[in-house]
Amino acid sequence: MNSYELMLIFTPVLSEEDFKAAQKKYSDFITDHSGTIVHSNPWGLKSLAYPIQKKTTGIYWVLEFTANADFNEKLKIQLLRDESVMRHMVTKLDKNAVEYNYTKRNGGFKITQKAEA
Amino acid sequence: MAKNEIKYLTAIKQEKPKKKFCRFKKYGIKYVDYKDIDFLKKFINEQGKMLPRRLSGNSLKYQRKVSDAVKKARQMALLPYVTDLLK
Repeated sequence: MNSYELMLIFTPVLSEEDFKAAQKKYSDFITDHSGTIVHSNPWGLKSLAYPIQKKTTGIYWVLEFTANADFNEKLKIQLLRDESVMRHMVTKLDKNAVEYNYTKRNGGFKITQKAEA
Repeated sequence: MAKNEIKYLTAIKQEKPKKKFCRFKKYGIKYVDYKDIDFLKKFINEQGKMLPRRLSGNSLKYQRKVSDAVKKARQMALLPYVTDLLK
């Protein structure tokens, strides 16, 4: 069971409930394949640094989950098939990363400098 | 003698370059998050290009982590590949 972080950019034309439905769809997809959701963090509509598919804004969604190693392949097929997803990226989190995300969520960092994670 | 134009009475005091340190070692940061844009912006110049180690003062291990994070941020359109007056 490795910990991963999935970041998705949806097309801005997606309505609110479609966005929620998509979140639910992928979360259920993960839990179906014996994965667990650690934290879901929708950023919502954000302007992109450069246009993707002629669109300058996108709906961001960051999801941290744990899954076994062969799961990502299935996830990728699902993501490529879904047209509302403009871009996706799955990153593997090592122990420092998981610690970092945990402390960041619980406000562990001092504002002035990044304290010991 | 005519070659060197100006002769100063006292030597010009060169401004001593600030002692560079690796901020990751000093502050004990272990992971560079690609979603943390304002932190990554310290390592790229106005055109959006990554700063070399001699300017950013990072050690090799953390410079590589920063470069991976910047490339991931660029891939996910959080940082531009090339721009002008980014800051």
